[in-house]
Amino acid sequence: MKVCLSSNGNSSDSIMDPRFGRAAYFAIADTDTMMFEIIENSAAASGGGAGITSAQLMIDRGVKAVITGNVGPNAMNVLKAAEIDIYRGSAVSIKENLDNFNKRMLEKIDATVPEHHGMQGGQK
Amino acid sequence: MKIAVLSGKGGTGKTTVSASLALSIGKCQYVDCDVEEPNGWVFLRPEIKNTIPVNVLVPEADALKCNGCGDCGKACQFHAIAVVKGKVLVFPEICHHCGACLIACPQEAIREVNRETGVIEINEDNTFLQGRLNIGEPISIPIIRELKKRLRNDVPVILDCSPGASCTVVQSVGGCDYCILVTEPTPFGLHDLKIAVQLIKNMEIPFGVVVNKASQDNQSVQEFCKQNQIEILLEIPYSQEIAQAYSKGILPVEHNGDWKSKFEELYQKVERGARK
Repeated sequence: MKVCLSSNGNSSDSIMDPRFGRAAYFAIADTDTMMFEIIENSAAASGGGAGITSAQLMIDRGVKAVITGNVGPNAMNVLKAAEIDIYRGSAVSIKENLDNFNKRMLEKIDATVPEHHGMQGGQK
Repeated sequence: MKIAVLSGKGGTGKTTVSASLALSIGKCQYVDCDVEEPNGWVFLRPEIKNTIPVNVLVPEADALKCNGCGDCGKACQFHAIAVVKGKVLVFPEICHHCGACLIACPQEAIREVNRETGVIEINEDNTFLQGRLNIGEPISIPIIRELKKRLRNDVPVILDCSPGASCTVVQSVGGCDYCILVTEPTPFGLHDLKIAVQLIKNMEIPFGVVVNKASQDNQSVQEFCKQNQIEILLEIPYSQEIAQAYSKGILPVEHNGDWKSKFEELYQKVERGARK
């Protein structure tokens, strides 16, 4: 199964990025092989519609679940329509987050945060 | 004669100057282009007669014609369309109404539908016009465009612009005969004045400066204008009396003949400047 994690950096030891649409990188992982493909998020610096673009990328890459911190309303709409599940990760490496996901320790997210929440770096 | 009043920095006195000018020069048309927060009505107290909705065109996909190819989403430069499981999802608030999706669709499945983003309001004798953008809407331009279609040619027109020097100001200022740049003697006021000056020079429109809240202690704006050979049209002193009246919605020109003649003089300078 293909899972995507929002990531601060470009290795599997990088810390998870709490933002979805404006995450710095996306790590697309295969839960069977535990192999990562890390891609830069071209939408991170876009003026608007970052969540929509990122969600569209998940669809195009055939991702079945997303592990991140927060998801905005637009991204949520797209992910829900695509029936992609969203799980809340924590501020540890993406590898650890994926381990936690495999152990079914991550909580599923249905609620969104306000628009442009991630533009201040995602801090509350 | 079309006069735009702009500033760069917000809160320097654009509305004070444009409303005072409107009250001083006899018959004219005041146009509030600061559609996110129009406040000229506070001082001019018009009776609104007509309210006209402003619509923008946003796409809608016909599910029967759509084959889910996703070309519309790829064409959208504003990421306002996602295509999920063969279904087009449109995000109208993000759409910039460019129509690219319509052109990109090979199935001719996209049509454009109206979406109201604000209104324009006009008084009985068309001397007062204002735009009002709906709360939460991000794009002011369509409202300003509608306002500008209704500018009069038989009387002087005063356009009260929004702060800043971005698209909304460019849209408001375009086609005007003269620009009044209102500023205040603070570092921020001067900094943003310089940006506004650059913009107006680029647009090749004659302009002059009004220094509001002027003080003998700080001559930074005057020095900048002198160095750059920019005419200072008027100085309005820093005054508690003016500020107190303003807070009650009263402008100095309403109860003080001296101020009225100062604004009449301002208008004469503007007329001269526009002819140069």
